[in-house]
Amino acid sequence: MSQASQESTVNDKNMTAFGEPIIQIQKMNKWFGQFHVLKEIDLEVITGERIVICGPSGSGKSTLIRCINRLEEHQEGQIVVDGIELTSDLKHIEQVRREVGMVFQHFNLFPHLTVLENCALAPIWVRKQPKAEAEATAMSYLERVKIPDQALKYPGQLSGGQQQRVAIARSLCMQPRIMLFDEPTSALDPEMIKEVLDVMIELADTGMTMLVVTHEMGFARTVANRVIFMDEGQIIEQNEPEEFFNNPQSDRTKLFLSQILQH
Amino acid sequence: MNRPSSKLFVRTELIPAKTPPLSEIGVAKWVRENLFSNTLNSILTILSFFLIYWLLAQILPWMTQGVWEAGSLNECRKIRESLGESTNVACWAVINERWNQLLFGFYPPESYWRPILALILFSFAISPVLFISVRKELYLLTFTSPFLCYWLLWGNTVWGPVSAAFSFLLGILLFQQISRSKLSILSVPITFVFVVLYWWFLLTPVAEQLDSFIPISLTYIPSKEFGGFMLALIIGITGIILSLPIGILLALGRQSKLLIINKICVFFIEIIRGVPLIVWLFTASLLLNYFLPPGTNFDLMLRVVIMVTLFASAYMAEVIRGGLAALPVGQHEGSSSLGLNYWQSMRLIILPQALKISIPGIVNTFIGLFKDTTLVVFIGLLDPIGLSNAIRATTDWNGIYWELFIFIGLLFFVCCFSMSRYSQFLERRLQTEHR
Repeated sequence: MSQASQESTVNDKNMTAFGEPIIQIQKMNKWFGQFHVLKEIDLEVITGERIVICGPSGSGKSTLIRCINRLEEHQEGQIVVDGIELTSDLKHIEQVRREVGMVFQHFNLFPHLTVLENCALAPIWVRKQPKAEAEATAMSYLERVKIPDQALKYPGQLSGGQQQRVAIARSLCMQPRIMLFDEPTSALDPEMIKEVLDVMIELADTGMTMLVVTHEMGFARTVANRVIFMDEGQIIEQNEPEEFFNNPQSDRTKLFLSQILQH
Repeated sequence: MNRPSSKLFVRTELIPAKTPPLSEIGVAKWVRENLFSNTLNSILTILSFFLIYWLLAQILPWMTQGVWEAGSLNECRKIRESLGESTNVACWAVINERWNQLLFGFYPPESYWRPILALILFSFAISPVLFISVRKELYLLTFTSPFLCYWLLWGNTVWGPVSAAFSFLLGILLFQQISRSKLSILSVPITFVFVVLYWWFLLTPVAEQLDSFIPISLTYIPSKEFGGFMLALIIGITGIILSLPIGILLALGRQSKLLIINKICVFFIEIIRGVPLIVWLFTASLLLNYFLPPGTNFDLMLRVVIMVTLFASAYMAEVIRGGLAALPVGQHEGSSSLGLNYWQSMRLIILPQALKISIPGIVNTFIGLFKDTTLVVFIGLLDPIGLSNAIRATTDWNGIYWELFIFIGLLFFVCCFSMSRYSQFLERRLQTEHR
């Protein structure tokens, strides 16, 4: 029996939002050359779940979520996203990427395009939407992340927090079913972290399935249904946030929490 | 004993901004900072001014008071002597008399309007590309102009170039059809084979048929009559236009994970780059004749254009590879994560940025290619240098050097300097970071 389904029974308040499993990872292994980065990963994510993944640097948490949209290739095991198995088949990879949005630590906006063009690009070229429609959608998402007035500027003219909000809007424009966040606030100045987290909290309220790699434990407490702790390429512990923070089971988890929560 | 005071300090009124003192702005500041910032700098400035003055005093009279009306170098010398004992002035008469040869080679003078018209047409056709116009109808001329220019320059029936243009049009339509069908992976090879077969079997018959219905033609002018700066422009411009796309493909191939494609591109680039251009030109002019079936008439100028283009594309590929390598990997990840496929991500995200970074290198290669066209003199094509040799070989102008080379140098400089200026304009225009 998978952890995730236990989890869903625990979280009564969110029962209604949950449905079918949308991501299934079984016995997944990955190596970088000789280095075994991910070891025997088993993970099932259910529609509407909000998972925070934490762990020391180098523990493989970023690599794990990057495997979900095949930015990294896994060598063993199985990853099924929204009913599509990730293999080297390019068609499948493109299908999955259409349904999975990703937000990066360093934003990865396209500096040669305006904010609006950044957002409308993929809907136009991948979803084949008419330009006007794609731009209207883009504007509505820019409004949701509260920067419609920056639409015609270039990313280089915005602050870090604004850029990250554009990056979120850009992913949402593809109307994905899953959103991956790879340390979305780690490259930001402290005063900008909140504006990005606020947007993410709002997104969580819409019932989006989210996997978030972050060190923002406050965010994990308020938003997550499940917290996963990783170390040395393995899932060490997963639990609902309250239990995870108040009653960690493994020694590694205790050590990690004591290190990041002492301030 | 001035210790920092620990008393509370609160500023109630903010200090307004004032204009800087006069010595800190305008010409005065510039002169002081750049020319007379200290004693050594001042001395160097004054010395440099004297040097420049002295040089100009020598060169300018020689250039400006030059003789324009004379039939030969001897006549020039006589006029010079009549001006005074020690006067040494240029003999521009050689340019006055032979400019048409330096510009057009042995192209028939009654047809000079054709290359001139072709150049004007080309300038109009290229401008929407150079200045990134959004009006699509302007690009119609851009696509038809190569065929029109070819017809204007070489002449013969108009239906030859029309038939060639038709083959590309058919190719594009075919490509679009196949891309939408199940065979989309094969769209590029099928289109390629189709166009090649068309050129092999249909190009001439179609042109001849059309010509027998509606004969429109210009006098045919064979390549061996082409020469002078016109030749340099034709080879240079064709090479520049073709080497950019080929260079882009080679650079992408070299970055490709597909082993065979990767190795072919690396091999091609290294072989072409590792051998001097002059060797390739000799290969084109001499060796290819041994390999081609006897009786094939493969125009020497065409062979040279192909060689120059391939040579420049190898350099172009390396310049663009530099641009590609300079892009953060996040750009690839950003575009892949949105579901863009390889070609979309290259076309929309990666190449626009990589090419922008590579502009100085690309233009550098363009300028190099354009000046390298003078090397064709060694395989017997009459480029401006070749013609200057021919002019100096006549009894009238035996012994004249400076005037011819200054004229030729000026022609090349104008073109290369414009390219350089254009690249700076483009860099400023594409600047999006600090606008």
